[in-house]
Amino acid sequence: MSVDTKLIAASAIRGAHNAVAEAKDFLARAITAKGIDAAVSFPDTNYALPVIYSMLGVKVQKLSDMQAVIDRCEKLLPAGPSEHNWLPYLGDTLDAGMATLFAFEIIEGCKYLIGPNPVNGIWLGAASDVILRARGIEFVDGSAPGFAAIVGAAPSKEAAVRIARELQEKNLYTFIAGNTNGVSFAEQLDEAGVQTGWETRLVPFGKDISAAVYALGFANRAALAFGNIQPGDYKRNLKYNKDRVFAFVMALGEVTDEKYAAAAGAISYGFPTIADTDIPEILPTGICTYEHVVSSIPIDSIVEKCLEVRGCKVKVTKMPIPVSYGAAFEGERIRREQTFVEFGGNRTHAFEYVTTRELDEIENGKVTVIGPDIDQVVPGNALPLGIWVEVAGRKMQPDFEAILERQIHHIINGAEGVWHMGQRDQGWLRISKSAQERGFTFRHFGDMVRVKLTNDYQAIVDKIQVTIFTTAEEVDRRLPEIRQVYRARNQRVESLTDDSVDTFYSCLLCQSFAPNHVCVITPERLGLCGAFNWLDGKAAYEIDPTGGNQPLLKGECIDPIRGQWKNINDYVYTTSKHAIDTVNAYSMMEYPMTSCGCFEAIVAVMPECNGVMMVNREYMGDTPSGMKFSTMASMAGGGQQVPGFIGVGKNYATSRKFIAAEGGHKRIVWMPTSLKEALREDLELIGKRLGIDNFLENICDETITTESEGVMEFMAKVNHPALAMWDITEPSPEAAAVDAAREAVAHG
Amino acid sequence: MSAHPPIIAVQDKSIDPATNEMVVLANDNQMSTVWDRFAAQKPQCKFGTDGICCKICHMGPCRITPKAKLGVCGADADTIVARNILREIAAGTAAHSDHGRMLVRTLKMVAQGKSADYQIKDPERLRNAALDFDIKIEGRTDSEIALELANFFMTQFAWSDEPNATLKLAPKKRQELWEKLEIAPSGIDSSIVEVMHRTNMGVDHSYRHLIMAGLKCSLADGWVGSAIATTCSDILFGTPKPVRSRVNLGVLSDEKVNIIVHGHEPTLSEMLAVASGDEELLAYAKSKGATGINVAGICCTANEALMRHGLPIVGNFLQQELAIITGAVEVMVVDVQCVMPSLAQVSKCFHTELVSTSEIAQSMGAEQITFDAKAGYECACQLIRKAIDNFERRDKTRVHIPNESMELVAGFSNEAIFQMLGGQFRSTFRPLNDAIIDGRIRGVVGVVGCTNPKIQSDSAHVKLTEELIKRNILVLETGCAAIACAKFGLLTPEAALAKAGDTLREVCDVVGIPPVLHMGSCVDNSRILMAATNVLLEGGLGEDLSDLPVAGAAPEWMSEKAVAIGNYFVASGIYVVLGHPLYVAGSENVDRLLREEMEGITGGKFEWEPDPVLAADKILAHIEKKRDALRINVKKERKALDMKERRAL
Repeated sequence: MSVDTKLIAASAIRGAHNAVAEAKDFLARAITAKGIDAAVSFPDTNYALPVIYSMLGVKVQKLSDMQAVIDRCEKLLPAGPSEHNWLPYLGDTLDAGMATLFAFEIIEGCKYLIGPNPVNGIWLGAASDVILRARGIEFVDGSAPGFAAIVGAAPSKEAAVRIARELQEKNLYTFIAGNTNGVSFAEQLDEAGVQTGWETRLVPFGKDISAAVYALGFANRAALAFGNIQPGDYKRNLKYNKDRVFAFVMALGEVTDEKYAAAAGAISYGFPTIADTDIPEILPTGICTYEHVVSSIPIDSIVEKCLEVRGCKVKVTKMPIPVSYGAAFEGERIRREQTFVEFGGNRTHAFEYVTTRELDEIENGKVTVIGPDIDQVVPGNALPLGIWVEVAGRKMQPDFEAILERQIHHIINGAEGVWHMGQRDQGWLRISKSAQERGFTFRHFGDMVRVKLTNDYQAIVDKIQVTIFTTAEEVDRRLPEIRQVYRARNQRVESLTDDSVDTFYSCLLCQSFAPNHVCVITPERLGLCGAFNWLDGKAAYEIDPTGGNQPLLKGECIDPIRGQWKNINDYVYTTSKHAIDTVNAYSMMEYPMTSCGCFEAIVAVMPECNGVMMVNREYMGDTPSGMKFSTMASMAGGGQQVPGFIGVGKNYATSRKFIAAEGGHKRIVWMPTSLKEALREDLELIGKRLGIDNFLENICDETITTESEGVMEFMAKVNHPALAMWDITEPSPEAAAVDAAREAVAHG
Repeated sequence: MSAHPPIIAVQDKSIDPATNEMVVLANDNQMSTVWDRFAAQKPQCKFGTDGICCKICHMGPCRITPKAKLGVCGADADTIVARNILREIAAGTAAHSDHGRMLVRTLKMVAQGKSADYQIKDPERLRNAALDFDIKIEGRTDSEIALELANFFMTQFAWSDEPNATLKLAPKKRQELWEKLEIAPSGIDSSIVEVMHRTNMGVDHSYRHLIMAGLKCSLADGWVGSAIATTCSDILFGTPKPVRSRVNLGVLSDEKVNIIVHGHEPTLSEMLAVASGDEELLAYAKSKGATGINVAGICCTANEALMRHGLPIVGNFLQQELAIITGAVEVMVVDVQCVMPSLAQVSKCFHTELVSTSEIAQSMGAEQITFDAKAGYECACQLIRKAIDNFERRDKTRVHIPNESMELVAGFSNEAIFQMLGGQFRSTFRPLNDAIIDGRIRGVVGVVGCTNPKIQSDSAHVKLTEELIKRNILVLETGCAAIACAKFGLLTPEAALAKAGDTLREVCDVVGIPPVLHMGSCVDNSRILMAATNVLLEGGLGEDLSDLPVAGAAPEWMSEKAVAIGNYFVASGIYVVLGHPLYVAGSENVDRLLREEMEGITGGKFEWEPDPVLAADKILAHIEKKRDALRINVKKERKALDMKERRAL
């Protein structure tokens, strides 16, 4: 009779001892080379070595901090199970797994200091906080349902590609570490010409198994950043991961002691291991939701099996096209020499346009190509392109046209070997030679749009008809008419104000990751992720009336200055699980809106300057608050109210309601140049509206100073408008008047 | 000494060859053992076993017969049977709780720095216990916390107008039921006093009313006195974690000085365990021709020392005389409970010195060396020195140690179960709950209690346990039941492979555990209550203990303590199968109340079933009934979650 788990336990515990020994060796070498007080970190993160930080609450900053962690590892390391009359080993194995992860993180941390550099060729090493937050939104809103941590190598290059493509088609991220006998899954992909990197969701962390720790560190950071879980609260962090982060380990090829040890660490997160080789299985459940270790799964069914074992449902629309399809392919690059044909850019005209028709005016599902198709194209040529989409539906509204139209970018870009950029009449598309070879035609543009819009928007799209124009005549003939529509749409968006509507929309899409966070989306304040505006909310509600976007009748206005309504408060109280009872839409100082963690930018108060700074998450430098973006972000995320700090979508800076209670745009005293550039056009307009000359030049940036004294000097020099405003830590005169009126009502 | 002719055939005395071998030796040497005296008592008084003999007042003794249906005072069989059971419950509760009180006293002494030899060995357990009872821990030293905790525990003995605070260790719904039934005790001592009062001549005559009072008193044992005892022991001596050892008479050494600790309290044995490693004493033993010092145990003192130090176990209750008859025991140290008065006579046949150490328990013919916890280590050294000195008097020609000894794994406190199932970071009961829910483990049964010459020793424990694990039921054991099963290898992880049903085996394989988990001494039945509570709190198996697919069994019980234990399990909503009935046969009403009607009152009930196979069947039927009610016998579909469902989490 077999004692299966005992073999795994023995192996994992051996692996853990080896890992800790290796970490000690790395640390000793690092200390010899750099001294015990040498600073050590992963790049651009506020979460130090994130597994150690989130599990032990220890912020490793110097090599000496690592020594304490090693001591802790040694205490955790159990003896392996004896041959006879053994003691219980499951708990020991899990402890050994955690010790292994700590050791791996020390090893990788030391590598950043003394080499070999984890960032090398295809290998990317640790993910920065920018990546965490930018990619985080895909995890939290479900566009990436989870991640696969692949260790080892597939039986062949072709098998590796098949697995990678299937994971991409299922929208999963693939984190790659380790190797099997010197061959790694990532190298197999690279050799087969598959593009890896965060943008394709195929992320090679490192060739050593110790690089697997980056995947777990990513998961831990999600709990810290979005789940408002405190460092050192290992219990809640691991539970969060078990319940909310749908990840699994796919072990390809021989499973060594160290891989078992890493897998044991992953099990504590609720991440099971699924192997293609014949290793012992652990089927009873408990630490993971379902099985812990499942083995001998054929390569062709391993992805499906992984999802089944993790209990993860992935809805994928099957596309009638000859190439792979999925959000992961949106990040794919197609270089000029790989291009078979292109459209738009600066070479031809290209547009995409969605318009509404009556139900009897169109033939559902019809796709027509007018002009030459791909078989009539000289390779390397550029063609004009018009994607003309007519939809009809009983619940279709003109407001939804722009929303559907904006999907065309994602829809087309999701095809492997097809690249799309821009929108409206600013499109630029490429079809690669390999896509052409596999039979991709222009008709497929129409097929993709037809299938995807019908599937994702079935509540509003009853019928759809797509026409693809590829001649200059057909395209140019339509441009004047549609440009007029674009302008009308702009005006419609401009005219939408918070006061002109009686309904806002909630967004709870992030609650799978940030259970207490509620976004309230108003016409003048888009979602903090930047991805969702009021019209999106409205459409989403039509599509799925029980979904994450609900209409919120504003009801009684409690405070027009700060933007507070009774119904909104009540709704937030219920849906935040009673964590938050009051929310102001336009104030960052009093009861500000909460953040999940994937905001595009942060607005932070600078009391000494009587103003605020706004920092975008791509900016990694110092700021005058003395904190980098990642530090401020870790304070503001997780669904808490932190007065003085709000997470926002970048475009909120163009809204008339931008921190209106604090006095609006005139409060902006500092912004990184990259953000200034991105918003230049809009901010200049706002400056004009406010009657401020050189509005943007009055805002300090990192080329001038990153010290708060420097900002103050600068403000004095340019006579910044904030200097003349009321104390930002106090309510404005108008807000104070509202308070006084309310007070008077209460007392009399 | 006088010898009785053997009436019970040797092979019927025990299924343990070591025991039978020693019984033959005793007979050959005309030494009387428990079985001889049991035979001499035959036939045993039927009025006694039926529970209808009343000596509560001196108008009696009365007994109920077809002719005399009432006692002199007018009490009927129902009243008499109920009163007799109640007084047993009170005695059992007193025994466990007084044991607890001794430990509280020691904890207090340690907290006050009056005993340098003992320390707070498990500060984490101390702090967790303090948190359980709203005692502040931030910024306080262990001693400060321990002092407040000890003082708090002391208050649990006296009467109060509030229910005992430790009852809140139980699930909320259960506490509410106790209050509703008015059986939540409010003081250990006062509950015992109340029972003694109510059963006094001319007080409470309603058998139902009386039995409910008995349940109340028993709760003062399980959820109060015993819980306090276990907690204090863990704080002072360490919370048990899995440990290996050996069991049966074969653990006695023919080369080392053998010291046996016997009884129930852990305080002295703790020191003996430490002192047995004292270099000076080891050297002294060598100087006397011994190769070392072997401290081993019998009954629950043994279980306590096993759980925390892995000290070997010589045997269970019925083996106490046999241990001395090996001729290899220098000193037997006894304290309280289950210590046979006959030990003095047996030890006189050998060089063995019997030392009685409790201030409240003296054995005739034993030397009294009252243990003083203030000088615990010195006292332990004194006893070891005495044993070493006695080693020279061992008559090697009379030494007869059976070969039998079996390996085992023990040490399964609740804290250890949390750790073994999830490690330090995921410390959890979830895998156990999942295994119960998915049916790999059908249920969990506590098999506990004594051995009794009325039953072939160990046979019912071992048979019942084997039948249960074969039926994929996880077994938790304490006391002499655990020792019985240990002797037959059921406490080894290999037993899961050889004897457990397929699915229980799979779970044991994953965790690396035996199919039978040794949770400690009989006072540690409080750990079984807490294990059931932990399962409940982990979720997915109902809201009250009575919802759980669990049961209790005492197949070979004999002590009044077992009566109290059985009652507190029933009062906790648990089905309890006894290998032979309480003294109830004289009252159909009391019998029906305990075996049938009680299920509608507390959710638990008694069953009497001498046949271990039938007992296992009945337990399984009960467990399946509970599983059906929980709807976990319906195969659950695997649930893959999409984002919408994940948001709703």
